[in-house]
Amino acid sequence: MRAAVVLLISTVVDFRRKVTADVEGVIRSSLPRVRRAFSHSEAKEAFYRHRLPVRITHWINALCIVFLLGSGLNIFNAHPRLYWGMYGADADRPFFSIGSEDGSGGTRGYAQLEHWRIDTTGVLGWSKSDGEYDARAWPDWITIPSFQDLADARHWHFLFAWLLAINGAVYLTWSVVSRHLQREIVPTAADLRAVPSSIVEHVKLKHPAGAAAKRYNPLQRLAYMGVIVLITLMVLTGLTMSPGFDAVCPWLLEVFGGRQSARSIHFIGASLIVLFVLVHLIEVVLAGPINEVRSMLTGRYVVPEERAS
Amino acid sequence: MSAADITRRAVIAAGFGGAGALIWNANSLTLSPSFAHVFRAVEDWTRLSQRTLLLPGQLAKEYSAADISPTFKPNGTFDPGGDDYNSQVVQNFANWRLRINGMVSRPLSLSVSEIRALPPRTQITRHDCVEGWSAIGMWTGVQLGLLLKAAGLLSSARYAVFHCADNLTGDPSKGGEQSPRQYYESIDLVDAFHPQTLIAYALNGRPLDVAHGAPLRLRVERQLGYKQAKYIERIEITDSFANIAGGRGGYWEDRGYEWYAGV
Repeated sequence: MRAAVVLLISTVVDFRRKVTADVEGVIRSSLPRVRRAFSHSEAKEAFYRHRLPVRITHWINALCIVFLLGSGLNIFNAHPRLYWGMYGADADRPFFSIGSEDGSGGTRGYAQLEHWRIDTTGVLGWSKSDGEYDARAWPDWITIPSFQDLADARHWHFLFAWLLAINGAVYLTWSVVSRHLQREIVPTAADLRAVPSSIVEHVKLKHPAGAAAKRYNPLQRLAYMGVIVLITLMVLTGLTMSPGFDAVCPWLLEVFGGRQSARSIHFIGASLIVLFVLVHLIEVVLAGPINEVRSMLTGRYVVPEERAS
Repeated sequence: MSAADITRRAVIAAGFGGAGALIWNANSLTLSPSFAHVFRAVEDWTRLSQRTLLLPGQLAKEYSAADISPTFKPNGTFDPGGDDYNSQVVQNFANWRLRINGMVSRPLSLSVSEIRALPPRTQITRHDCVEGWSAIGMWTGVQLGLLLKAAGLLSSARYAVFHCADNLTGDPSKGGEQSPRQYYESIDLVDAFHPQTLIAYALNGRPLDVAHGAPLRLRVERQLGYKQAKYIERIEITDSFANIAGGRGGYWEDRGYEWYAGV
């Protein structure tokens, strides 16, 4: 986790330095028309891409995901087995598990999906914490807190679960009311038809320029729509694990096929969010990290110029 | 650069600095007594939210016989041991007494057979461990509310505290540190008078075995496993648990877990 923080901070610091030299006096007014007039007077075309609610909720979300993932993996370590159905414990068959096993060559860590097992010694199941090998599913460098403690991990998880849910509710409400969601996120029929060509462009690492760069491309729309659905799914499957909330909404158990299924879906959903974040960060780097990160901080996005091909 | 730009830069820098500091110091914050207030506020907020949404009589889902777990995993103490408990096992708990005292007008002392003679309730429910696993079992017992009505609660009563015969001397890696303290738990009166809250004496149609809490254990179905106290000897009705053991209302609560275990 600390290595990730160092990377994040150095990126931000670096970025701040460049922004200071770059954006002076560009956005002086909150009036979009005036802003457009300003940006037209620049050599490159810039426009106001991300509105304030998007920027604020984006960064709160990012912080929540860091803490929810770290604490969630610590919680997972308390029972590193996943089941389908209404119940599941030691005597029942998991479809996925992380563990350790003593063999002739010492203790080995493993991850197992159905009958397919891989040796993960040093990372999953059997890893060093505080200089000594320990039987823990996820290693100390990724969990919050780094030491194994279910009670503490739950405290962090619920703190940021509330923040995520409130932040998500604010974002969704604003997005629907301002029509951000309908206009900019939900893929249109044309977007869906353009998915194959968008895939080709992404594979070629070609990024839209000119007018096309002012709107989200079809894969972006699908990805952002997908992550909204995923986070909603995380909140719902999280609630389904609560025996108290199950008494309020027993139908959640039916929707997800039982508490253990909900727990498994929660884990798979978390994995998909990690996948989203990785692809998201790679795309930010490929599309021009300074321009992209700046647009999520100040709103101002410089439209990439169209190149003759 | 305008003043607004500078303010914005300061806000952004402070935000990232704060977030970085939070991640960087997560371990020390976890252990800091002042940050514990934040966590406790979240717990209160969670409890109040669930108490608002959850109607007092709303039931935990009841399952069918086909849904019962083939093996109901025991956890915590598997056998309290000790001369007193062992002799109770030998006598098949014929001399076990459940006492109900504290803020009641008629303190009670009941034998297991007296409790078995009361109107029973049988329910097939899911046991959710805080660790993440679940097991479904069929519990039979007497509604706690029935016993509390018989004892007559004083108007000052707020909690039922369950004093147990075990001191959780299980595997330290699983059950926490070895403790000379007896296991105990507490619930509020909303849960104490909930129709599914039982003093249970049977699991899946058979008398409770030692690993599952013989002869009497608590079932409070809208909360997690550690609330389901086993080997109950005494129910103390009180207006506060601040002076009992660690003061947090339960064995695991004294070790950092939430008193309200609905999540």
